[in-house]
Amino acid sequence: MAEVLVLVDHAGGRLRKATAELLTAARRLGEPSAVHIGPGSEKAQVTLAKYGAHKVYVVEADDAGSFLVAPQAEVLAALVARTSPAAVLVPSNAAGKEIAARLAVKTSSGLITDAVDVQRGEHGIETTQSVFAGSYTVTARVSHGTSIICLKPNSVAIEAAPEAGTVEQVDVTISDAAKAARITDSQPKKSTGRPELTEAAIVVSGGRGTGGDFGPVESFADSLGAAVGASRAAVDAGWYPHSSQIGQTGKQVSPQLYVAAGISGAIQHRAGMQTSKTIVAVNKDEEAPIFELVDFGVVGDLFSVLPQAADEVKKRKG
Amino acid sequence: MNIVVCVKYVPDAQADRTFNDSDSTVDRDAVDGLLSELDEYAVEEALKIVEAQGEGEVTVVTVGPAAAADAIKKALQMGAHRGVHVEDEAIHGSDAVATSLVLAEAVTKTTDGSPELVLTGMSSTDGDMGVVPAMLAERLGLPQVTYASELSLGDGTVTIRRDGDVASETVEGSLPALVSVTDQINEPRYPSFKGIMAAKKKPVDTWSLADLGVDASQVGLDAAWTEVLSFAKRPPRTQGELVTDEGDGGTKLAEFLAARKFL
Repeated sequence: MAEVLVLVDHAGGRLRKATAELLTAARRLGEPSAVHIGPGSEKAQVTLAKYGAHKVYVVEADDAGSFLVAPQAEVLAALVARTSPAAVLVPSNAAGKEIAARLAVKTSSGLITDAVDVQRGEHGIETTQSVFAGSYTVTARVSHGTSIICLKPNSVAIEAAPEAGTVEQVDVTISDAAKAARITDSQPKKSTGRPELTEAAIVVSGGRGTGGDFGPVESFADSLGAAVGASRAAVDAGWYPHSSQIGQTGKQVSPQLYVAAGISGAIQHRAGMQTSKTIVAVNKDEEAPIFELVDFGVVGDLFSVLPQAADEVKKRKG
Repeated sequence: MNIVVCVKYVPDAQADRTFNDSDSTVDRDAVDGLLSELDEYAVEEALKIVEAQGEGEVTVVTVGPAAAADAIKKALQMGAHRGVHVEDEAIHGSDAVATSLVLAEAVTKTTDGSPELVLTGMSSTDGDMGVVPAMLAERLGLPQVTYASELSLGDGTVTIRRDGDVASETVEGSLPALVSVTDQINEPRYPSFKGIMAAKKKPVDTWSLADLGVDASQVGLDAAWTEVLSFAKRPPRTQGELVTDEGDGGTKLAEFLAARKFL
């Protein structure tokens, strides 16, 4: 059966949720081999095996993490040459897409980014993407070389399917050219105790209507165990960091539930959340475009509605 | 320092964008096009650098159909000094890999093989892939210093702040380098009347594939390494239930969530 390489997404000594999703998806396409670059592979191996890795290629390359993107692309290119896989799956975040981009050029392969689904179909490995701010659905395939596919978080329901996860140490010398962009400092994002935006099942976002006070948004989010997002207006006003921005130039999320509070729903924002499974909005203006998208909407002041909703949620949750 | 900025002409993201039934490519005629909004930040950053240094020129490069001249025009109106427009029918339907090939050749040709600094936006607003900058770095053999929300030039180096999902990184590369910038980096200027008038006299070179030494077989729809199998407009979401808060809006919201099993 065809081998499928899966780039392991890890940070701060922990596997990120995307890894289990990629492995689950890879199982549909062939036999997954996880590729772990950098330190921490011993701890990771058990989890990688649990989600279906037949093999775990361990590439110590301790310095790989000090340089931006290029070393990972080099390692994957070396493995592609060695294993001739059917596909390489990579997380669809900024770094993942850039790694995939360089890998595509190195291996003369096509690449597909922001896939929300991947399956074996009549044309081979087929992807689904949601494009033009979520207004169109596109199916596609790579037609040359190895299928390099970047999969969005929250696209695949994780399923355990234990395999051997046999470790194979791989030596790859990182070229000097790949060390041209050095990461000289890394400040981890302050933990809020809330889930990460692209991984969260529920996202509650605040916009201009908060007037800068995200208290009600945060309390409501906490009642649901949700992540907190912000509209571009809120970020530009300095009320919330850019890392929380949902939209065309921020993050694109597709959670089970998206709640937009005090957000009018301009296309810039819709591009970031339009494919969420259930959408709810609270806005004083009943003409706000966001209401065209909602499964449920409240025309009202978020400063009254959200606290009441948070109390009710907590009561019901016991 | 002479800076090359790669820009793209894209269908207006505010309009109803669509695909051509004939070949499943993006329909670039159906809606008005313009300089991709995210590229304005790159043009602005280049202008700021050149203004701060008191010398150097900004060259704007684009690959696109005839109408893409508008993207160059906007950049010239903002203050860029010259433009390069690569236009060739054979390029229609190119994927990102081929586009990066053509752009790389154009950058090489316009800098006589010695670029000093190449700037781009973080991604286009139509393809939205965010891969061409990395591909350019790969092809040109330049340090990839991408997704900059802050940028500073040092002695032979460029240093940026790159904000990711889990951490904020400081990335440093030696010059010459390929840098992409986000919409957090600056506030693009509006062209002044003087800028608009001055743009009319600025030189724009138009090149074909032959001028770049790129064979038509390397680009275009047939050469693409990805293929669209189908496209379908998503049925627009229909509005579900809308209630007006009469002192119970929050309670009703919680009831809805309970009914949908979110609690």
